[in-house]
Amino acid sequence: MSAMDASPLLSLDGASVRFGDVQALQPTTLNIRAGERVLLVGANGSGKTTLLRVLHGLQAFEGKRQVARPELALRQAMVSQRPFLLSLSVWHNLMLALWLGGVARAERTERARQALGRVGLSELAQRPARVLSGGQQQRLALARAWGLHPQLLFLDEPTANLDPSAKREVEALIEAFAREGMTLVMSTHNLGQAKRLATRLLYMEAGRVLVDLPPQEFFNTALPQEAALFLKGELPWT
Amino acid sequence: MDLKRIVNHLLLSVALLVPGLAARAEAPFIVVASTTSTEQSGLFGHLLPAFTKDTGIEVRVVAVGTGQALDMARRGDADVVFVHDTVAEEKFVAEGFGLPRRAVMHNDFVLIGPKSDPAKVRGNDVAAALLKLKATGQPFVSRGDKSGTHAAELRYWKIAGVDLSTDKPAGYKACGCGMGPALNMASSMNAYVLADRGTWLAFKNRADLVVLVEGDTRLFNPYGVIVVNPAKYPQVKLELAQRFADWLVSARGQGVIAGYQIGGEPLFFPDAIR
Amino acid sequence: MRDSFALAFDLIVHADAVLLNVVLLSLRVSASSCLIGGLIGLAVGVWLAVVRFPGQRGLVALLNTLLALPSVVVGLLVYLLLSRSGPLGSWGILFTPAAMVVAQSILVMPITAALTRQLLVNAFGEGGDTLRSMGAGPMLSAALLLLHERWAVLTLLLIAFGRAISEVGAVMMVGGNIDGVTRVMTTSIALETSKGDLPLALALGLVLLLVVGLINLLITLAQGGAQQTGAQQS
Repeated sequence: MSAMDASPLLSLDGASVRFGDVQALQPTTLNIRAGERVLLVGANGSGKTTLLRVLHGLQAFEGKRQVARPELALRQAMVSQRPFLLSLSVWHNLMLALWLGGVARAERTERARQALGRVGLSELAQRPARVLSGGQQQRLALARAWGLHPQLLFLDEPTANLDPSAKREVEALIEAFAREGMTLVMSTHNLGQAKRLATRLLYMEAGRVLVDLPPQEFFNTALPQEAALFLKGELPWT
Repeated sequence: MDLKRIVNHLLLSVALLVPGLAARAEAPFIVVASTTSTEQSGLFGHLLPAFTKDTGIEVRVVAVGTGQALDMARRGDADVVFVHDTVAEEKFVAEGFGLPRRAVMHNDFVLIGPKSDPAKVRGNDVAAALLKLKATGQPFVSRGDKSGTHAAELRYWKIAGVDLSTDKPAGYKACGCGMGPALNMASSMNAYVLADRGTWLAFKNRADLVVLVEGDTRLFNPYGVIVVNPAKYPQVKLELAQRFADWLVSARGQGVIAGYQIGGEPLFFPDAIR
Repeated sequence: MRDSFALAFDLIVHADAVLLNVVLLSLRVSASSCLIGGLIGLAVGVWLAVVRFPGQRGLVALLNTLLALPSVVVGLLVYLLLSRSGPLGSWGILFTPAAMVVAQSILVMPITAALTRQLLVNAFGEGGDTLRSMGAGPMLSAALLLLHERWAVLTLLLIAFGRAISEVGAVMMVGGNIDGVTRVMTTSIALETSKGDLPLALALGLVLLLVVGLINLLITLAQGGAQQTGAQQS
């Protein structure tokens, strides 16, 4: 994480997505820089998930997407709201992810062990992944991602389905990852979470990024009316 | 990893299965196209083990109707034909598909019907019986399958002067099926049916059916054996097939045929030895 | 009816040698066809679920039509193919168990293909994105999803096996129902019915049900066991 590295890790130029009649993402131009923690907020259907998928490379779109240094493969991973785990053990789910992610055979076992330790699931390695609790499954998803040592981590409302204590555990892990140098792009409904984690807050509505500011400015500036209303609606629950 | 174990198991299972499928190549064998009447009468169960014991040759019988058996041989799918429709057999030989026919055995056809005999056909005249069936409209099951029995049935209708294409009897039911199913149908419908005595004697589902017409000389039912012509199909196992045909008409084979009985009654009468 | 139960019991207890051979042949022919037709069906199902190409909808519709393929038609087609005067006559497998496996595999293939395709379409909906995000291409994702849904795949193969072992018409035609060579349970039942020996036919039917029932029971037990231990092994 070099402050001297001025070029963005990933950039979009006029990227847009259309599903039939619906414009899920308006033409969007956006740069993600190394070390940033970009949080996306907005109502359901505002385009947060679509933007994340376009950034990650999972979604077909019109426009341009550029990776900063293509000769060095940009390592990225994604964690979604409800993790999809195969009907295998925790350990095998992890090993499979490492294999798919191109981790060399010699390193795989050690990385898997480290990843499980990092998220506190070492004791559950032999359990079938599907019997884990929601929070444990999400931690496994994080282990899957962490094991690849990604530079860029995308998260789509990762704590939305979790009970309060699991929420805290997962958030703590995400924050720890960021401190280790991982660049984050994450969507959330939880403004408190956004405030806590973000170095940069994006407010989205109807497929468009309306506001893009660091958190202090975000909460202290006069915002466009929609954003202000949104904040008012969400604040009591942070 | 466990995946390897699973793959190994699969390969092993397939390997075990497949040789079992191909293994039949050891004993020499011939394919004989024959009729349902010879199979279902139980004759083959009695005859073939004796032949295999004498010669070491395995006989694989595909039992279908006479017409179908001859067609099968015309396609080259059999080495020997053993059926009972002399006219069709001679035609088969004349067309060049078979070597000369040899008479093996005979029995007779019988007209089967309900014990109560509502059409009053009982006697020894098959043509008269069929006329009475037409007149009374009683149900009659025809095999309708180009078998030897069906061919005979058509001959008798012709002798009786009935043209089935223009003047079908009211109760006439063609099932397009083998002797057994035809008998099953007759027994459940209490209908009349023409059968060969061999299948009838071995048939177990008689219900109310009994033999009503027999002894008419026209009911003579001869069986012949024909080796498929290797000039048409070179892969025919000529030597093995000849040995089968020879054995059937030999004293030994004829004796075995004569020895097949149900309830003390022989089903087939040897023809080759006078 | 009671005769049949008694007869079936008798046959089983005395392990009648002929019956044993017939049962074993039925199992071997059906298992082989289930394997071959099943594997081909799996491959076709995967292909249809994963690959996008013009006319795909048409192919799927064709596949669904094949589900209703009458077995007697398949029997006839295979017979004509394998006949000495047919294109594959030189293989010489007509009237052998191999021909029966060919016919049954053809019958089993559409079922496994259609079911596999549906299974995968659903599974892709659930986890396709995640696997793609992790770096798996479409084929690899399909393989992983089949692994993920392995019990459903097994059930699918059981359905295929059931279809295979209950087949009569096609195997009768291409096998010839030759005593000791291509006579299986279903053709034996057909034969005994033809001969009017209905109690024996029914007894054989009961034995067939018993054999298939046992296999299903074993699989169900294994399935339950795996779920108990939580499917620890992949």
